[in-house]
This record gives sequence, C-alpha cells and structure tokens, in this order.
Amino acid sequence: MSLLETRHLTAHYRDFQALFGLNTRLEEGETLAVIGANGAGKSTYLKSISGLLRGAPWSVVFDGEPIGDLPAAEIMRRGIALAPEGRRLFPSLTVEENLLVGNYGRPVPGPWTLDAVFSLFPKLRERRHQASTTLSGGEQQMVAIGRALMSNPRVLLCDEISLGLAPIIIRDIYAALPKIKETGTSVIIVEQDIVQAMKVADRLYCFQEGRISLAGHPAAFSRDEIHAAYFGH
Amino acid sequence: MIGWINTIIQGVLLGGLYALFAIGLSLIFGIMRLVNLAHGDLIVFAAFFILATVSAFGVDSFTALLIAAPLMFAAGFLLQYAVLNHTLGRDILPPLLVTFGLSIIIQNGLLEMFSADSKRLSAGAIEVASIPLGGGLAVGLMPLMTLVSAIAVIFALNALFYWLPLGRAFRATSDDPETAQLMGIDNRKIFAIAMGVAMVVSAIAAYYLGVRANFDPSIGPARLIYAFEAVIIGGLGSLWGTLAGGIILGVAQTIGAHIDPEWQILAGHIAFLIVLVLRPRGLFPRAVD
Repeated sequence: MSLLETRHLTAHYRDFQALFGLNTRLEEGETLAVIGANGAGKSTYLKSISGLLRGAPWSVVFDGEPIGDLPAAEIMRRGIALAPEGRRLFPSLTVEENLLVGNYGRPVPGPWTLDAVFSLFPKLRERRHQASTTLSGGEQQMVAIGRALMSNPRVLLCDEISLGLAPIIIRDIYAALPKIKETGTSVIIVEQDIVQAMKVADRLYCFQEGRISLAGHPAAFSRDEIHAAYFGH
Repeated sequence: MIGWINTIIQGVLLGGLYALFAIGLSLIFGIMRLVNLAHGDLIVFAAFFILATVSAFGVDSFTALLIAAPLMFAAGFLLQYAVLNHTLGRDILPPLLVTFGLSIIIQNGLLEMFSADSKRLSAGAIEVASIPLGGGLAVGLMPLMTLVSAIAVIFALNALFYWLPLGRAFRATSDDPETAQLMGIDNRKIFAIAMGVAMVVSAIAAYYLGVRANFDPSIGPARLIYAFEAVIIGGLGSLWGTLAGGIILGVAQTIGAHIDPEWQILAGHIAFLIVLVLRPRGLFPRAVD
C-alpha cells in the first residue's frame, strides 16, 4: 500500500474543471516531482491533498484512510505539511515565531526541531529575531520549508519553491531536499523548473491540462518526450 | 489650577474604564475582522450577570466577578462557535447584521428579566476610599484600580500573544487565516477562544462600570461608541494604543465636563473627530496591515 494516493481526483473552481480524475501515488520515503506548465493543475493537486480544496473522501487516501473531505488543519495534524506557493509567511511574526507556529497543530517529537531547521538553513539562525518581511525571497522560502518541517510531517508538499528566485538561491534550497529525504520524510515537489526537479526526484508525473501526460522515473525519458508531455506538442 | 490638574487626573483614570470597554472590541476585530456591534450590550449583560450572581449566592461583587469571568468565557466561546463563525466570510455585512440583531436581543432580554430600572454594583467601603496626593488633590481608589486593571489586562494579553503558542496562533490567524490552517490551526476554535477572552475582559469592564455608576439595559450602545472611539483614536492593532485612546477620550470628556457639565460627551466625540481628521489611522497604527 502506498503512503499517499489520489484516486480519480477531480477538482473544480466554480464551472472550471482543473483536475480530471488523477490517479497518483507516493511511496514511503520517496521524493516525487510533479511538473507541468502554468495551469496544468499542479497547485490544485497539492491544494486537494492538503485540504485547502475539499472533495470526495476517497479521492485522497493517506495511510489507508480517506482524507479527501477533511479540512486543512486536520490533514496537517495527520502529518501532511505544505510549503505553499508564494511562501505565505506570517508578516507580523518573526522568523523564529513563523517556524514555531509550524507545529502548532502537531507538536510531535521527531528529527525536526528549531535547531535542526537552523542547521539545515544556517542563514535563518542569524535572522531568527527579524520580522519575516525583512528577509530576501530565498530566505523566506527557507522559512516556509522549515515551518512545514517543524511538525515532523510524514509527507512534505512543496509548491513552486523555486519561483521568482535566482538560480544560485534555487541551488541552495534544492541542496536541502536530500537532507530532508534522509530523515525518512516523503516529499512531493511541484515545479516549473524541470531540471532541478528531476535531479532530486525518484519519480515524476507531468501534468497537462489537469491530466497526467507522463509518469515514471526521470531517467527513463528523453528530452523530447518530456518536452511533449510538458507543452503538449 | 488644582481644579484643572484634578480634572486631567480624573480623565486619565476614566480612560482606564474606556480602555477596558475597548480591549475586547479591538481583540475581536484584530483577530477575525469582526465588528461586534453587540459588544456594549455584552458588557452590560456581564454587569447584570455579576449582579444576579451577587443576589443569588449572597457573595460580594468582586467574588461574583470571579464566578462570572469563566462563565462569560464559556458564553463567548459558544456564541462565536455556534453563531458568529457562520457569519464570517468575504462579505462583511452578515456579521454586522447578526451582531446588530444580537444587540437588540440582549437589550430586550435584559429588559424582560431585570426591568428598565437602573442598578448598581456595590463594592463596599472601597467605593468611596481615596488616596490623598497632597495639595488638595486625591484619587479615588476604585478609579485607580480601574486603570491599573486595564494596564494589567494589556500586560496579560501581550504575554499571551507573544509568549504562548496559542498567542502565536492568534497572530498567525489574524495575518492569514487560510495559511494558518496549514499549521493545524482550527480557525473556528481560535476565533471562539478569542471571543471567550474578549468576554472575560468585558466582565472585568462590567464590574468597574457597575461599581462606578448606575447601569440599565439600554446603555450598551453608548459603551460601544466609547469603545469604538478609543480603538480608533489609538490605532487598530495596538492594545497600548487602545489604552492611550481611552485616556484621550476620558481626559477630553472630563475637560468638557469641567467647562460645562453638558459638554462631557460632546467633548469626547470632538476629540475623536479631531484625531480622525489629523491621523485617520489613529495615533499608534500597526506597522503591518
């Protein structure tokens, strides 16, 4: 049994259908990359898993239990944490407070503590008492990932963590992913930056207009195949 | 000269009461962007609750406050959870209408139960005790306790907000309710706790209101206006600003009353209008908003 599955997952924004019956799975300890162009449904997919969009109970199955209809707070408590698109840090909280609030609903012991996050992203330790709004984009992204890790999740969802960042910063952030994987955390990264995503992923799905256009091991596909699955030509 | 100094001292102390009225309102607006039009009536409700506890159990009014405070917390929690949470959303009109309706229900309910007669809480000898400051000046012990209580409440709330995980959850929810859910924060519960805390503060305000002057079921809306004015003068999002707002309002009122007793209320409103014109965001607005 997979750790996390979506079964015929569909999602709508009013009249617009964003996902068309997605069947995906994530194994324990695996890093999964979901790539696709803008509007392919990648973020919608993560929103559906994390409970920001709610659907049929069995459309999302976590550890054998239906969670598709649960509210976001409950899903987080069960061990699925999301580093949301656009980072969404809390502006009136300091860096340290942003991290600490990350385990509010799930204060469980595990490898991820304030110290562990500061070791993963040493820059944050220096800036721990600063307002989160004073950080650079890359540092804010580190806080967003650290905040999600603070709850010692079984599954970490990362939505477009490279968006709007300089290549050198992206490299720093992606360097953290193998370390996260070492702790046994399963990860789903949603990315437009295919190169980065494929470097860290054990498996990938490519979405196109709300459907899966490609699935498998990154090394198994040629550039052209991925190009076609991504852009649809 | 002594008369003026005395007037200002009385105004500052009165400001403590207005701050207590305003803190709950400020808290609720800050955390859930809910304008609670029934806030004044809930304070009056708490005053009657304390009064009823005094007569039912034969305790003094301060003990009655200690009994009423946790019950008011529960009432606030339930009110938010069962009623007001359902009105919150993108549209700001439903919570306004529902709390307006609640205001009418509370006023009429109190009228039914306690009649329109004005009532008062007794605090015993302490009511008339005063501390001489020399030079013919004196401050009443009760008004002083009111101000000290307001300051203590603000210290306690700030400690809650900045030191406890629950406080971080309050602030995170206030910043971004959707993302707060991703932290496992149940907004509905956070809002209910916030309303419970606001009702505890309202019970403290009600105690000093009832000991200071007469009250009857109809005085809630005027307390709401004072609370509003204190919050807006101080600037949204800062409890110390709310205290400053209460004090400015109190001083303006006592100065007005010193000139002509009929000018008390008017002077407060004028001070409010002046601040609104000169500093529309209040004197101490929150930096991030």
